[in-house]
Amino acid sequence: MEAAPTQALRVENIAKRFGALTALRDVNLHLNQGEVLGLIGDNGAGKSTLIKILSGFHKPDEGRILVEGEEVALRSVEHARQVGIDTVYQDLALVNELSVYHNMFLNREKIRWPLLNNRLMRRLAKQHLDDMGVNIQDVTVEVAKLSGGQRQAIAVARSVYSDARILLLDEPLAAMGAKEGTLILDLISDLKARGTVSIIIIAHNYAQVLQVCDRVNVLQHGEITFDKPTSQTSQQELTDLVVAEYRAGRAARAANNRRSNP
Amino acid sequence: MSDTIASPAATGADQPEPPRPARRVLRTATDAFLRRREASVLLVAIGLVVYFQASTPIFLTTDNLRNIAQATAPTAIVAVGIVLLLVSGEIDVSVGMVAALAPYLMHYAIDLYSIPAIPAILLALVIAAGIGFVNGFITIRLKVPSFVTTLGTFYLLYGVLLTTSHAYPVAIPEPTKGNIQTWLGAGDWATLAWCLLVVAIFHIVLTQTRWGLHTISVGGNPLGATEAGIRATRVKTGNFMIVSVLGAFAGLLEAFRINSIDPNIGGGTRITFTAIAAAVIGGTALAGGSGTVIGALLGMLVLAELQNGFNLLGISANSFFLIQGIAILASMIANQYLSRLRRAGRT
Repeated sequence: MEAAPTQALRVENIAKRFGALTALRDVNLHLNQGEVLGLIGDNGAGKSTLIKILSGFHKPDEGRILVEGEEVALRSVEHARQVGIDTVYQDLALVNELSVYHNMFLNREKIRWPLLNNRLMRRLAKQHLDDMGVNIQDVTVEVAKLSGGQRQAIAVARSVYSDARILLLDEPLAAMGAKEGTLILDLISDLKARGTVSIIIIAHNYAQVLQVCDRVNVLQHGEITFDKPTSQTSQQELTDLVVAEYRAGRAARAANNRRSNP
Repeated sequence: MSDTIASPAATGADQPEPPRPARRVLRTATDAFLRRREASVLLVAIGLVVYFQASTPIFLTTDNLRNIAQATAPTAIVAVGIVLLLVSGEIDVSVGMVAALAPYLMHYAIDLYSIPAIPAILLALVIAAGIGFVNGFITIRLKVPSFVTTLGTFYLLYGVLLTTSHAYPVAIPEPTKGNIQTWLGAGDWATLAWCLLVVAIFHIVLTQTRWGLHTISVGGNPLGATEAGIRATRVKTGNFMIVSVLGAFAGLLEAFRINSIDPNIGGGTRITFTAIAAAVIGGTALAGGSGTVIGALLGMLVLAELQNGFNLLGISANSFFLIQGIAILASMIANQYLSRLRRAGRT
């Protein structure tokens, strides 16, 4: 199948095994230009393995990845970044002990050899956060002092700033209050309105995510089992899907137990 | 924790009345000072000077200051390396043995292999860097905790030192006598000058360069740093190498100063433990992610002042360790408490 030019990202037949454990069986998905895709999956469905493959951390055993129609073999996190894929992790790759602006430029520091160009980084960080509507009073403050929502916003802003064209957001609303969550959802909506980045939101809890996604995919047992535009699905349908899987899994386990302990 | 998401200045209604300008400036200045981690150690260092000078007029004489400087400098140089390594989340207890071995390496190179003085000194430093590399390799690649790795290399190096030297001290090699020896330790203020230079350089490295930023990141959030593409292996190994080289350098300075190459330079674990103590008293967290080079220098100064002052006052050297122990515990407890305050604190 030929990749349409509008697809920012296309994943074909990705498989990944860790020893005897098959994390991903056969994953196929695509992300259109400027689209926000919700990727939903329960624990152990293979979400984090998929993210790690797309961000260059793991290499897939099989399958291929196409970025803007061109096949790429991601060698490292840096390489993934070079081709425009950037990931904002659940555990936030922010360093608590560093200031906001140092975090914004982590591993992409502006240098006036041999020293850091702190003044330039401060100015650019402030400017960029303002542009994105992220309100941080003082970019010299340590991120340890910020709230979860502010930290997430900085992590997202950092990725966008680094010219990411494909953004993977891993559980962006995890452990976040309603107010904080709204801040992030607004940020994602703003990014969508600009249309320069395509976004995959990986989520465990889809209720909130649904409102900003154009399309939803469900990952189950290492495969994409569901793909519909958000407008054609409902929270109920997704819940049923996940619950059905849970029940099936429990029944299978029970059957297994009966077999092994007669 | 106060959660101001997008509200600029707070509502104001529940804010206390702003204090008068003059007092506010003063308060901001004191605040800024106290928030610097070095501040409390500096106050202690100054307090000790005042106390000892009041107790004995010899304390601030040039001769005695030189004593304090010579007691401070070599260990402070080691402490600088220890700070970098601790900030990156690792520790090295073998560095004292590197300090003892380095002068012997220079001696073997010059007296057994007829290598000229300067290349011989450089060779000793390069071998020290190699020892640091091995420490880093075993710790990171083979995943042995750095305390255990360097405990192993400590004994290994001790064995190498004793078997090759037969535990005998030797004279400073002839070709290094004169200018080299004077500049590299024997001169009255040479060790202090080198110490201040090392402190200045590594203070800048830790606070103003990519290397420093990445060192903090690797220690503060190892996973996050790796996800940001920082090569933790390289940063940590580099810091192991820096500690070893600084240890070797301190050992060479000591040998030149005491005019003898002695297997007891560094006193086995003593220089290492004192350096770690200085780093900790100076406000470096063992957990990684934060620490200051200047703090370590001040921490070492405090320890040297204590030892020297006790000597002058005729207090038994034995009770010095009592004080050192209390100082370490007190500063660690204060650190825990202060960092919690800082974290919860005013933005």
